[in-house]
Order: sequence, then C-alpha cells, then structure tokens
Amino acid sequence: MQTRPSTATGLSTTSSALLSIRDLSVQIGPVAAVTGLSMDVAPGEFVGVVGESGSGKSVTARAVLGLLPSHAKVTGSVKLEGEEVLGASPQRLRRIRGGKVGLVFQDALAALDPVYTIGDQLVEALQAHRDVSRKEARQRAADLLDEVRIPKPVEHLDSYPHQLSGGMRQRVVIASALIADPDLIIADEPTTALDVTVQRQVLDLIGDVCARRGASVVLITHDLGVVAETCDRVAVFYGGLLVEEADTVTLFEKPRHPYTKALLRSLPRLGVQAQFEAIPGNPVQVRNLLASCPFAPRCEVAADECRDDVPPEFRDDLGRHRCLVVGRAAS
Amino acid sequence: MNTLLTVRDLRKTFRGGRGLLGKGPATVAVNDVSFEVQRGTTFGLVGESGSGKSTTARIVSRLLDADSGSVLLEDRDLLAVRGRQLLEARRKVQMVFQDPFASLNPRWKVGSLVAEGMRIHRLGSAAEHRARVTELLEQCGLPADAAGRYPHEFSGGQRQRIGIARALAVQPDLLVLDEPVSALDVSIQAQILNLLNKLQEQLGLTYLFIAHDLAIVERFCDEVAVMCNGEIVERGSPEVLYKAPKHEYTRALLHAVPVPDPRRRRQPISQRRVDEQVST
Repeated sequence: MQTRPSTATGLSTTSSALLSIRDLSVQIGPVAAVTGLSMDVAPGEFVGVVGESGSGKSVTARAVLGLLPSHAKVTGSVKLEGEEVLGASPQRLRRIRGGKVGLVFQDALAALDPVYTIGDQLVEALQAHRDVSRKEARQRAADLLDEVRIPKPVEHLDSYPHQLSGGMRQRVVIASALIADPDLIIADEPTTALDVTVQRQVLDLIGDVCARRGASVVLITHDLGVVAETCDRVAVFYGGLLVEEADTVTLFEKPRHPYTKALLRSLPRLGVQAQFEAIPGNPVQVRNLLASCPFAPRCEVAADECRDDVPPEFRDDLGRHRCLVVGRAAS
Repeated sequence: MNTLLTVRDLRKTFRGGRGLLGKGPATVAVNDVSFEVQRGTTFGLVGESGSGKSTTARIVSRLLDADSGSVLLEDRDLLAVRGRQLLEARRKVQMVFQDPFASLNPRWKVGSLVAEGMRIHRLGSAAEHRARVTELLEQCGLPADAAGRYPHEFSGGQRQRIGIARALAVQPDLLVLDEPVSALDVSIQAQILNLLNKLQEQLGLTYLFIAHDLAIVERFCDEVAVMCNGEIVERGSPEVLYKAPKHEYTRALLHAVPVPDPRRRRQPISQRRVDEQVST
C-alpha cells in the first residue's frame, strides 16, 4: 500500500512528510498572498491544489522553491525532508530546484530556451545536478524523452522547441523536471494551455511516470475535473487561505466549506442540463493583512463574526476546513 | 423560426511564407464549411486549436477575408458588400473576444469604450450616447459609476461584461462570441453565461458561440457543430450529439473531458500504483 498521511487532515504528526509547510505567510507589496498555510505532502502522494486566480496557489509553489521576488515578506516554515527551505542559501536552493524538486510550468514555450536544442537543455539540467559526462547525459536525456513517450527520442534531441507541438513541448518540460530523479514534482497548471485530448495524454503521462518512480506530485490547477481524475487529496485555496482540505472523494461528495460547495455547483458537467449556478461577486485580492474570512462577501451563510477575524481551522476525521459557521454548527 | 445566418462553402487558406527561411506549406484553415443559424438561437462551434473555428468566426465578423464561399445575413452576402453597406453589416454583427485584458484599450474610460461603436455608426447625439451607456452598463450588471473608470480597475469577469456592453451598444442582430469565458475563473464563467442567456431572451439576440469546453457548449447551445482540421465533422442538437456521437473525433473529444467525479476515474492513479506494486 502507498504511504498515507497519518491523519485525515493531511497533516503528518510525525516527521515522515516529504514536504511540510507550517504557518506560511507571504506578503508581496500590499498584497497578502498567502496567510497561515500549513500543509503536508507524503512520499508518493498526489495532492491537488485548487483555487481561482489570486488565491495564492502559485505563490505557495514559488515559496517552496525559493522563487519569490526578493521584496516578498515570508514567514513560517517550509521543510523538505526535514530541512528548512526558507532562508536557504542560493547554492542550496539551486540544488533543490531541479534536484529534489522538479518543476512543470504552464507555458512550455516560455520554459524552454528557443535558441538551444532539446538535447542541450536536458544535458545542461542534468549536469547541473549530477557529475556525468556529456555523452552519458545525452544518453540519459534520450532515455527520458522515450519515457515521456516522444517518438524517435534520439533524433528529437537535436530539435528546437519551436519544431515541436504544444503537447510535445510539455512532454519535454516534464522530462527536464524528471532528469535528476526528484522526489517531488510541482506542476503549476501543466495542462491549461493544451487542448483537451492533449491534456488527457499529458495528465496520464505525469500520473504514470511519477507513480512508477514513486515521486510525489503537487498539481496546481483551477480545473476540478483534472483534480478528480488524478489526485489522492485536495486542498482548496481562496484569498490566500487554505479553506478546506480532504481526500478527493470526500471533498467532492461531502464538501463543507461554502466556497467549495459553490465551486462544485458552478462546475459545468457533461450530461447535466441545468442552469449555470454562478457564485455572485468577484474573487478577492487581499490587501494588507487578512482580517476576516476572505469568502464572506460572496458567502450565503456568512455570519457577522465571519467578518471580525480570520476563521480558525476545524479538524475532524473527514479533513479540515476554515468555516466558522460550519465548524460551530458541528461542535 | 427563420434563418438569420447562412454560411455556404466557406474556404480559407493561409499561405506559408512567414517563416525565417522562406515559404512554408499552405494551410487550409477552413475547408468548405456550411451551416445555418436560426434567429434567436445559439449555434456552437467546437474544436481544438487549429480546427478552424476561430477563423470561421473571424470571417463571419469580417475581420478576415475568405477565399471563397458566402456568409448571408438574412439575404445579404456579407462577403460581397462594400462601403456603406459594409459598415451597416458590421453594425449588425458584433464580436465579443476571449481575453478581456487584451481587448479593451487601457487608456480609454469604460464610458468611451462602450460608446465607441455608437460614435462610429453615428447612432444619436453625445447626450444620447451617455444615456445609452448608463443603460447598457446596468443591463450588463456593472456598477453605475463604471463609465468614469478605466478597464484596469475591473476584474476579469467585469471586463468581459464591458466587452459585452460594447458589442450590444450598436444593437446588433448577431453576436460572435469567441471563447468568451475561457479566460475567466470557473465561478465567474457561470455569471457571464447566465448574463448572455438573459440578454438573448430580452433582446432576441442570435449567438455564434466558439468554444473548446464541451460541457459549457452542451448547456449553452441549441445546436453544435464539431470542427476538426478545417471541416465540420459532425453537427446536431447537443442532446443527440453528446449521447450518440457518430464521428470518431467527437467521441475522442468527449472522452478526453475530465469528469469532476472522483468515483468515475478511468483509472485512479493510486490504484495504478498498487497494481504496479503487485505486478513487480
């Protein structure tokens, strides 16, 4: 059986987590991008991070990789295999990025350098982390292209990014993320720019390859359909706050936070003919310090107290959430 | 019911040659495409990138010229008209674009953006324009003070409302909606689709809806055509098309849509992992 986090909340009580985030807050300029985030990823686990634009999901990924701009104010702790990442030296961060943690970004065309061949880029990435000869590195790169199911891998080492289709380019980005055998892959909207049929192939590929290697995956997406099909556990972000986390089936069948519920209702589903159920209002961008429930202005059940302070976290066997109204009714 | 838009044997080829090293091969973007749209209904064109759906939309809006074929609005061929008649045709067919961040001039106030079409088509006086802008903004669910503000002060969903108000300002018959919600957050998509539904009911509008999201098209359209490689491969009501797709490509497309139900996973990843451990 796979390793499971030791509690239903997804937060490990032992130090077995691969990635362990505690009380992370990120302020960028006037914007409170992430507030009080705690979250764990166990070895071999697929975790989905869902949220709208501005919910703090990509900022969290960047914090884990030390990729935030230098003026960002970061507090809390991010540990990778027990080692603190926040405040690590540039040399150590370079070893983590691409070494322990592989990255797949949304825009494969921007992630690849247009003036170097695919082979050059993969060789460079591998040699940055492993002491191997160029010849060995090229062989390894060709094997990886084969693993991500690029036809004629040896020939494609000499291709330039523009000569490949969008789906093929995303495969190359996945190959470069995998090149130093990372334990964790962070994929930030990896299929958003792709057509559905290509999206299907790329998702299957990420799933297969990472499962075979036993790597953990954090899949950042706005698409709940993608999450439902791939992830063991889901964290829902809103306004920089982790508002709910549960295993995937529980989250879809017994959502508790009003935002999760509304999001699931607003989802267009094939074969269901009904009115579109919108969430009224607009997504927030939290200015200065978060001092209330960020969803309160759009919430159907919000009480006065929801606007007084950041809601506390409620935990039980199903998971955890940050809705004051739901949490108080349950206790 | 009567037919508002008739597209016949539309064909468009893009010549190669924009490359650094001389002429590339020609691309047939739209190949003998024909369809009709009934007045007051929504016709969906679905397909993946490169299928020709946006090229078709651009030809219908006269943003691109076709190589051959015709686009009849009632009985007037939009591709044949010139001068004053072309201006009138352009008024009747308005477009709402995909990216509300790129399609609004950031240096113009919302009031001027919405009134621009009325100025070009000389529909009424400046005072009438102001009154109409207020009416349009309200109709599209925007705050009353929006006219005096700039696009950057608005969220993506609100900007798309501005784009819709702008298109409606000249009282068109046909709205060409080119992926109008695909740049928006899920919770906002539904707001905009509901707004478009409401406006269609109130104003008797006809929509040509270009999209790649099959679940949205199913609920939003009265008739759907699936495009692939510049051709319409299948066409019908969403009920029939989605339940019993005849063309292989339609089936592939439907199969690829992620289902937001974790119990209906084709093959759960964790299961896959267990299988592999058993087999090794």
